[in-house]
Amino acid sequence: MDTRPPEPPPAQPATTAECREALERLYHFLDGELTDTRRGEIQRHLDDCSPCLEAFDFEAELKTVVARHCRDRVPDRLRMRVVMALAEASKEDLASE
Amino acid sequence: MSDRADFADQAMGHMASLYTAALRMTRNPADAEDLVQETYLKAYRAFGTFKEGTNLKAWLYKILTNTFINSYRSRKRRPEQTELDDVEDLYLYRRLGGLEAVSLGRSAEEEVMEHFTEGDVKAAVEELPEQFRMAVLLADVEGFSYKEIAEILDIPIGTVMSRLHRGRRALQKALHEFAVQRGLTPPVAETTTT
Repeated sequence: MDTRPPEPPPAQPATTAECREALERLYHFLDGELTDTRRGEIQRHLDDCSPCLEAFDFEAELKTVVARHCRDRVPDRLRMRVVMALAEASKEDLASE
Repeated sequence: MSDRADFADQAMGHMASLYTAALRMTRNPADAEDLVQETYLKAYRAFGTFKEGTNLKAWLYKILTNTFINSYRSRKRRPEQTELDDVEDLYLYRRLGGLEAVSLGRSAEEEVMEHFTEGDVKAAVEELPEQFRMAVLLADVEGFSYKEIAEILDIPIGTVMSRLHRGRRALQKALHEFAVQRGLTPPVAETTTT
């Protein structure tokens, strides 16, 4: 006899055909590379499907985390070098005219 | 036709993004500085061919990536890596348990992201094989469109999409490894069967 407690109802995994289609287009959606019509279709699906919405939110957040953490300050020395190199090049321009 | 006298005014403002990209490409501050300087000089000399009203930032990036590919990459004689483990879509999210269960409140998956440091993310990006790294940088850090990336890297748009797709998955795999090392998530997402 099976004495295990009844299993909780299965969570709702994002597995309908609509979900699969939305997830396939997730990056195109986040990258702003969809037509308005396609975008609208996905938006409507996300309004009704919280597992997909969460996946989209996660990926959107990850994109901003990556962008935020990949910034570097330009060393003053580099700015100086470039300014000087350009000044030098423009002097050569004038000399050759 | 653009006037060289206007070059500095228009182009200097892009240095922070160019330097960031140069650092991720060369993975070395001295090379990154040389690369940026060389990019500015080449851009200055070629400024007459830049069409006013088109995207100056994309134009500068094209010079930056070409310079990198032609001079800096070969200097290192690093074998061209094109292999990437094929991992599934949404790798990180799935490993953190997303899509598997109804989540409880603010998602635990998103909290894991808050623990990623600048060092983690930079290391994960820099670990990517070059062609994938460039696609990810241009899209996710610089926000270029697929079409702009195709022009900058001089590859078809389909190739942009596939590099971006695979690069992002590999990036997520690397980030997942950091999460595991930190004890933020178990090595394998638990599949609880009672």
